[in-house]
Amino acid sequence: MADKKHESTKPVKRSIDIYALTWRMPIIIWQFLFFVGPLIFMIAMSFFLVENYRMVEAFEMKNWVKMLGRNYFWDSYFYTLGLASAATVLATVLAFPASYALAFKMSETARRWAVFFLIIPFFTSYLVRTFSWYVILAESGVINAILSYVNLGPYTMLNTKFGTMVGYMTLTLPLVIILQTLSLSQIDRNLIGAAHNLGCGRIRTVFTVIVPLAKVGLIIGAVFCFILSFGDFVSPYYLGGSKPPTLPIMIIDTTKSGQQWPRAAVVAVMMMVTLFSVAFAAIALAYRKRSQ
Amino acid sequence: MMNERAIRLFLRLYVGCIFVFVFAPIIASMIFSFNSDRFPTIPLGSFTWHWYETVYNDPDVWDALRTSVIVGVSTAILSTFIGFCTAYSDFRYNFRFKGAYLALALLPPTIPLVIMALAMLAWFSRIGVSGQVWSIVMAHTVMCSPFAMAIIRLRLQQMDSNLEAAAWNLGANQWRTMREIVLPFAKPGIISALCLTAAVSFDEFAVAWFVSGLNKTIPVVVLEIVTGNIDPQVNAIGTFVFITSMTLVIIAQIVIMTQEKKEKQPA
Repeated sequence: MADKKHESTKPVKRSIDIYALTWRMPIIIWQFLFFVGPLIFMIAMSFFLVENYRMVEAFEMKNWVKMLGRNYFWDSYFYTLGLASAATVLATVLAFPASYALAFKMSETARRWAVFFLIIPFFTSYLVRTFSWYVILAESGVINAILSYVNLGPYTMLNTKFGTMVGYMTLTLPLVIILQTLSLSQIDRNLIGAAHNLGCGRIRTVFTVIVPLAKVGLIIGAVFCFILSFGDFVSPYYLGGSKPPTLPIMIIDTTKSGQQWPRAAVVAVMMMVTLFSVAFAAIALAYRKRSQ
Repeated sequence: MMNERAIRLFLRLYVGCIFVFVFAPIIASMIFSFNSDRFPTIPLGSFTWHWYETVYNDPDVWDALRTSVIVGVSTAILSTFIGFCTAYSDFRYNFRFKGAYLALALLPPTIPLVIMALAMLAWFSRIGVSGQVWSIVMAHTVMCSPFAMAIIRLRLQQMDSNLEAAAWNLGANQWRTMREIVLPFAKPGIISALCLTAAVSFDEFAVAWFVSGLNKTIPVVVLEIVTGNIDPQVNAIGTFVFITSMTLVIIAQIVIMTQEKKEKQPA
């Protein structure tokens, strides 16, 4: 679009190319060297062998057969998949009323401030926040101390799925609310008014008008939540107790202690394949034309 | 209508609860950092600077801080430069495979950190640059340049594309137009991109942990303390990091807002 406007004032053709390439090339070079390169090398590495604690370049299916033939891999795989899916549903459901309130029931200024405050967590250490939850949720921690005043508990919250979920929500909820709020605030208010005028109740309006209109934003929020929780090792490790380990924890253990980089690469490739399938399926769902 | 008011009230309370959940760990960690108990609970212990003193007297923390600052500053400069180039290319040109080009530029944040970490570790040791401060910088630049690109792209969006053409008609060549028109216009975007990418790099722990070798950054030190045992030093470091990052974010925000205000005023 900008190109066309500039065509009439076209300087010497040759210099345009050098100029254009100067701006275009840095990211291409950088990403190929340090992003695409590493990822492709990791895929290749999943076929390497380890002999006497040294990696040997090869093309063997050994690591794949070994990893995919073990139950503990598949246990971990489905456990991680289950946790991430649960986190996605939970975050989407928990975020929606808040995003709805921010988008429809608050002033422009209040919404801006809310979004600003929701961005703050991205700039605080996720590790420190997790550590904080660890202390808050512990057997003798803050929550149980408060509950003991009313003669409740103590409840075990650490090293449970609940603990993992608290961590996942800490990681994902602010982002999901921001994405949902942005897509909800773009809805034409007249459509909601029209629905009300036509006698559509509040709840029904939400599900038949608002949710379909904000579908793309809701699904993108959910996809990000899935990607983040599927790939997170901090919450399942520190708050979930790592029993059984999730896939990211398995990658770390295999890499850090076992010298088995190729096997860790197998796990990583399986994770990438899963993530891409989920993301593509979700995007297809988001942009599917409604049959009507 | 009573119903409407009740719903409004409920929604407000709900939003309040969400904010409590989001900020509870941040505020708790600040409070714990001044609390004398090793394992904080209710009621709180007495006020103390002890954890800050411990951190202050720990030479490992100072080494890590030095590494973190070097990495943060280098990452900010590199990724903002790359982000600017990409944002300008996207703003100015249409070309074949532009979709693929933008995908390449924006994809890194969607890859889980553990996977990036493993891939980078393997790649860096293959090409013989592992375990150095620069390996962290290279990895962080990949992760930060999409953010820089997005921020600068938003800024360029506000520029009239005829501005460049006007400068050419007045006899400036493209390089001079870049220097005297585009760069000054993009400056607030560039400054906020510098701040935000530095803040992101300053907080990143997974990739840094894998590729840093002996050159630990602050978040890697935190990770190692957390893995060891309950140690409120973490809260002191965390509070310090939080204040640093927030300062950067607020500077970025102020730069953008002052610029907006200036431009709204009639000349």
